[in-house]
Amino acid sequence: MKTCLVVDDSGVVRKIARRILEEMGFEITEAEDGEKALEVCKRAMPDAVLLDWNMPVMDGYEFLGHLRRLPGGDAPKVVFCTTENGMDHISRALHAGANEYIMKPFDKDIVADKFKEVGLIEVTEPTPV
Amino acid sequence: MTPPDYEYLRKLLKDHSGLDLSADKQYLIESRLLPLSRKCGLAGISELVQKMKGGAPAIVAQVVEAMTTNETFFFRDKVPFDHFRDSIMPEVLKARAARKSIRIWCAAGSTGQEPYSLAMSLKEMSAALAGWRIEIIATDLSQEVLEKSKAGIYSQFEVQRGLPIQMLVKYFKQNGELWQINADIRAMVQHRQLNLLHDFSQLGMFDVIFCRNVLIYFDQDTKINIFGRLAKSMEADGFLVLGAAETVVGLTDVFKPFPDKRGLYRPNAARAATAAMPKIAAMAGR
Repeated sequence: MKTCLVVDDSGVVRKIARRILEEMGFEITEAEDGEKALEVCKRAMPDAVLLDWNMPVMDGYEFLGHLRRLPGGDAPKVVFCTTENGMDHISRALHAGANEYIMKPFDKDIVADKFKEVGLIEVTEPTPV
Repeated sequence: MTPPDYEYLRKLLKDHSGLDLSADKQYLIESRLLPLSRKCGLAGISELVQKMKGGAPAIVAQVVEAMTTNETFFFRDKVPFDHFRDSIMPEVLKARAARKSIRIWCAAGSTGQEPYSLAMSLKEMSAALAGWRIEIIATDLSQEVLEKSKAGIYSQFEVQRGLPIQMLVKYFKQNGELWQINADIRAMVQHRQLNLLHDFSQLGMFDVIFCRNVLIYFDQDTKINIFGRLAKSMEADGFLVLGAAETVVGLTDVFKPFPDKRGLYRPNAARAATAAMPKIAAMAGR
């Protein structure tokens, strides 16, 4: 089973994301800020990180910088999921090593599309009728 | 939805657009017409049907529009666009090396996501296409949808369906909550209103035709008729791309499936040759 670390300071957002991702077959761990997320990654690298930007203690952008410098830290697919929806933020995130970017509000279809895009879930096709 | 309401809508859609719903498409009607009912201040689909029975051409037009407008995303289903990049374009580049021109038709262009996905794909291979003349023609039944396509302006939700984030950064400009595809990509696509039930030979000949998720709504005879006319509008070595749930198999032999590439079809050379023979014979006899 693939693992996904959900990092967001909002319990509500973590719960919604958990429900969506569990339905897609991911095993979920949660963290409420970048620092706690980093501890999780040091113990065991997840396959995916769904990452908020603005959080207390350590924000998502700073977390990403630290993560990518950890041994094996280039492996997880990192998908930002944030209300920061400006082109400048998106560019900075990609430059820092983010694989995809979700602008809140999001729904199941968007998460599925983005996870497909980075190869975390398979592309399924309807069968001909 | 009551069976009589469903039958009424089926007949209405068939008469107005050729749209042929099978007996089990209640969910499709509900998902498209419930929002429309609400927009019209009506409680549900029954009320919508009552209104139409009482004579409401404006509502009829909106119902037809809502039912024939396809849900569409950038790079929808992904695979056809991989085929386009990895199978279709390499062959077209070889086959048209002398002419250096490519004509592509999106026969159900809708709000533009498909033609613009093709335009972006072509932009990504611009090194190989230097000096080439590229035409992408997007057609749709609905003028309203074409206007949206021309504008190339999408909501935050729309740009997050199927569009890789790198492409958003590269090919779009942000305007508040909206995103507009860049002018150079927009300029690659021409728009024309067209009903596939009518003659489309005036569009000329194409190397590639994307005709996805539209024939699914037509009845057998109409499908066969459209396939026949699509074949006439396509170069003998062209490519037809259908939706994932569509096929020519069992309907017509003017196209044949491309081996191992789902949704990809080519004109049937053998059939084209036999079809051409009587014509040659007739000419010889003259």
